[in-house]
Amino acid sequence: MSHPQATAIAAPQLRDPAWIGRVFWLLAACVLIAPALVVTEFKPWILFEPDALKSTKRFIADFFPPKIDREFMLMVAIECWRTVAIATAGMALAMVIAIPLTLVSTGALSVSALSGRMHTLPLIVRQAVRWLLIVLRSIPELVWALVFVRVVGLGPTAGVLAIALTYGGMLGKVYGEILESDETHSTRTLMRNGAGRLQAFFYGLLPHSAPELTSYTVYRWECAIRSSAVLGFVGAGGLGQQMDNSMKMFQGSEVATMLIVFMLLVALADQVSAWLRKSLA
Amino acid sequence: MRVSLRGLSARHPAATVASVPALKPVTLDIAVGEQIAVIGPSGAGKTTLLHALACALKPAAGSFTLDGVDPWTLPVSQLQKLRGRLFLGPQTPPLPPRQRVITAVLAGRLPRQSLFASLRSLIYPTGIAEAEAALTRFDLAHKLWDRVDRLSGGERQRVGLARVLLSSASLWLVDEPLSSLDPARSRLAIDTLTAAAREAGATLVTTLHQVDVATRFPRVLGLRDGELHFDLPAAQVTPERLRELYAQHEHELLGAPADGGDTPPGPPQTPAMYCR
Repeated sequence: MSHPQATAIAAPQLRDPAWIGRVFWLLAACVLIAPALVVTEFKPWILFEPDALKSTKRFIADFFPPKIDREFMLMVAIECWRTVAIATAGMALAMVIAIPLTLVSTGALSVSALSGRMHTLPLIVRQAVRWLLIVLRSIPELVWALVFVRVVGLGPTAGVLAIALTYGGMLGKVYGEILESDETHSTRTLMRNGAGRLQAFFYGLLPHSAPELTSYTVYRWECAIRSSAVLGFVGAGGLGQQMDNSMKMFQGSEVATMLIVFMLLVALADQVSAWLRKSLA
Repeated sequence: MRVSLRGLSARHPAATVASVPALKPVTLDIAVGEQIAVIGPSGAGKTTLLHALACALKPAAGSFTLDGVDPWTLPVSQLQKLRGRLFLGPQTPPLPPRQRVITAVLAGRLPRQSLFASLRSLIYPTGIAEAEAALTRFDLAHKLWDRVDRLSGGERQRVGLARVLLSSASLWLVDEPLSSLDPARSRLAIDTLTAAAREAGATLVTTLHQVDVATRFPRVLGLRDGELHFDLPAAQVTPERLRELYAQHEHELLGAPADGGDTPPGPPQTPAMYCR
């Protein structure tokens, strides 16, 4: 006796129906990356040709031993402090730029979007702020630094301003993304019950995202330290400027010392970030 | 607050215009200080009704007034001011996990507080006594300084309810306030809610899955498939009427509450909210 329902059920499908898509995208990624390698003349094997190996060895050997005499170390300490100051001041200014722009651009804090779609004017303002952030961060800090070196002269001020503008754009974008990707139930409920935008931010959104925002900010501070080294090469002061001098004088041992200092600074930033995350979690 | 609905229908923000509205045209009047329970099987449109009343959802059709004013004709800033006189308590307690209970409760005051005052309260809480008194009424005073993520699901729900006591709202709209409470706590919570609403002179509308609790309200609305099935004083809600209301959903009538199947597809909910 044949059961009508039993015949309707097809044989169980025991093959993963999604595999073809996975294979396709894997192959597509390989195809897309090939032209990039050609354009960038990616030929890693030239690193291992005898000539290249010899000059690499000479360059590295020059690094040892790192220079640690008293006078030099004192100079490194002062410049290191200046680098940290450039990065910190730059970050502080960047946050002054980024935080208000984030609060304006975050859709999660939109009152008009509470009941359906965001109104036109707020939408336009949010888009405009987003474009402003794009402009700020799409100009590399090196270019800003070259501009400011001409305006305010050689020295740390140019570095601080360059970091502030580019990093303001980056922070504004990522802060906004962190806030939007967050769970907005509590924030929206607060606004639905009549709380203001900023009140909802401080009582709903911020407690959710504080650890992530902090950890990203500390990571950016770490990047600012590295960045200030690069800016030093164009005369924006700090350890980078000294490193540029040492490189030009072929003083590998001095460069080595300064690189070690950078490693210590980055390690410090890492520790601070971990500690802050833990205390805010 | 006086509420009046004339043929109001509503659909989820995500729904298409052509789809069947989650709430079909409803005509309803609610007087100042009334206490109403809304019951009905999952997907009946209970939450949609609350959201429409809370100005969280723009009606698709019909008219809607609060104290004689149509909120949707007001400019956004006025509407936001009006929202300060409404309290919508969602089923999932809207509490940031890393916040402390005191802050979460004090957030109920935000609409009547200046920005400066609310920021000052984050540095050192003002109104500790107020928050403590509100939590005491829900038997949670000992959790005043705890963090929300250290609380059980039922405790969170009661913290969410305690928040209403600090608001100055005159229309309380509470969605499934008992969904993660045991019977004893349920009784305490509903008694506190009704008593506090009476003291504040506020109108209370709450959706419920517990029919026995609902029939203790003076007025009961039965919703089914987005339509108002009945609107009766509790005494006239007979077992036959309930059976009719819950036809094909009898398991919900028998006590097993459905898993919030009628909440609109909101943001992803933290699973921790439900464990006890």
